[in-house]
Amino acid sequence: MAAKTANHKAWWLVAPVVALVAFNALIPMMTVVNYSFQETFGDNVFFFEGFKWYEQVLGSERFHAALGRQLAFTFTILVIEIPLGVAVALAMPRKGIGVSVCLVLMALPLLIPWNVVGAMWNIFALPDIGLLGRALNGLGLAYDFTQDPTSAWITTIVMDVWHWTSLVVLLAYAGLRSIPEAYYQAAKIDGASAWAIFRHIQLSKMKRVLTIAVLLRFMDSFMIYTEPFVLTGGGPGNTTTFLSIDLVKIALGQFDLGPAAAMSLIYFLIVLLLSWVFYSLMMRNEER
Amino acid sequence: MRRFKWLVPTLYIVFLMLPIYWLLNMSFKTTNEILGGFSLLPQDFTLENYKKIFTDPTWYNGYLNSLAYVVFNTVISVCAALPAAYAFSRYRFLGDKHLFFWLLTNRMAPPAVFALPFFQLYSAIGLFDTHIAVALAHCLFNIPLAVWILEGFMSGVPKELDETAYIDGHSFPSFFVKIFIPTITAGIGVAAFFCFMFSWVELLLAKTLTSVEAKPIAATMTRTASTSGYELGLLAAAGTLTIIPGAFVIYFVRNYIAKGFALGRV
Repeated sequence: MAAKTANHKAWWLVAPVVALVAFNALIPMMTVVNYSFQETFGDNVFFFEGFKWYEQVLGSERFHAALGRQLAFTFTILVIEIPLGVAVALAMPRKGIGVSVCLVLMALPLLIPWNVVGAMWNIFALPDIGLLGRALNGLGLAYDFTQDPTSAWITTIVMDVWHWTSLVVLLAYAGLRSIPEAYYQAAKIDGASAWAIFRHIQLSKMKRVLTIAVLLRFMDSFMIYTEPFVLTGGGPGNTTTFLSIDLVKIALGQFDLGPAAAMSLIYFLIVLLLSWVFYSLMMRNEER
Repeated sequence: MRRFKWLVPTLYIVFLMLPIYWLLNMSFKTTNEILGGFSLLPQDFTLENYKKIFTDPTWYNGYLNSLAYVVFNTVISVCAALPAAYAFSRYRFLGDKHLFFWLLTNRMAPPAVFALPFFQLYSAIGLFDTHIAVALAHCLFNIPLAVWILEGFMSGVPKELDETAYIDGHSFPSFFVKIFIPTITAGIGVAAFFCFMFSWVELLLAKTLTSVEAKPIAATMTRTASTSGYELGLLAAAGTLTIIPGAFVIYFVRNYIAKGFALGRV
């Protein structure tokens, strides 16, 4: 890519975007910051509370537990979705009608509204009328995601794998398609093994798109709300109450604005920090 | 081993289709049949659930509302993102890298964080329960994404195109509209697809910002589930119908979809 020219008038081109996003990001963010330092008893009367809410949230068992569940969830789905997505992309056809069929069918789960995903899996997994629940119970397994924490946890993971692995497949596939045929021919002449081709040609070419995949999957799974909320409601007990679900419970359910706002900011900072790590890694790859 | 390669995508697609098949199956059953027994195909095939949705305004208005704000949002996001993406792909300017990262951070903000302040903000400016409110709110994550995708596609267009056009006497607006936009239609299609997709599937903000007039279909579904008992057949039919717009859109961009998911950066 040619070097970019310096032109400060380019700010006029980005102005509409900045205005629209700032309106939606800065004003609400200021509201949240404002709440996070204050106590209210209604009637729009507020008292300054300093860092009290932050200390309360950071010290609370409830927040630690939700954060722990969130990290475990995100880690598990990344470990499953990334290798599975790469494996499917490697086995996909390269030309012909099969390509379109695969792409269209695989992209389908990505375009289903998130609460429908939750409702669909609820119907699919119910032990009495769901196909999955019936089948598992028929095999003699004690499966009931509404009562049993392990079942609920596994169902949530499988649902996310169902919902999002295709994103990884599509990204990995795009990376594979960009490899010139000549690379494979050269590898063949050198007598490279399938593993060597994968390791040195395919994986290295997919590095950039896979970073995007990890980044997107990390961010989105860390923010997950609707699907598990509709599927399990965060239960049984609190076993599938992830950070967003807990936050909405505190903010809109109990209307504890101060602690909810402090938790929002801590939550946002965690996502931001981890994403920044991924982003800088990605940019370093790109500069190479 | 090569001969069995097709098995992997096939099994994966079967796994993807199973819950969808079950949803379809349920949507053709009556509530009594669903609760009364278990069968792989509807025994007492009925179209009642679909008929109810197409004749009851509280149901079909949900679809119209959702489509309205999704289309608004897609138009706003892409129109605003086009010049910005051009600026990022062609120029260096004060704070450009920071600005780009700041835009992306908004893609990383959990919607749950914004639910309450959004409600207050849009109530304060009198836009609560309008399509435009949801369309504007979804700009929060769709504009950064559109800028990111378009910037990727635009960086793939050689700079010589711009230079030749300026030498030929085009002004910036005339070059941008007449020459540049037609060369990146694929990128615009992909960006529009993504805006459509993320606006269509999002529920938390759409539900927070609406009550009656602009209530999205997804919210209609959750309310039905909780108020009028558990009409599973109806719920399944409504769910099935929400899959259709997505399927249409995918079909139109199928040739660019893989590149698009890589944000134009392959």
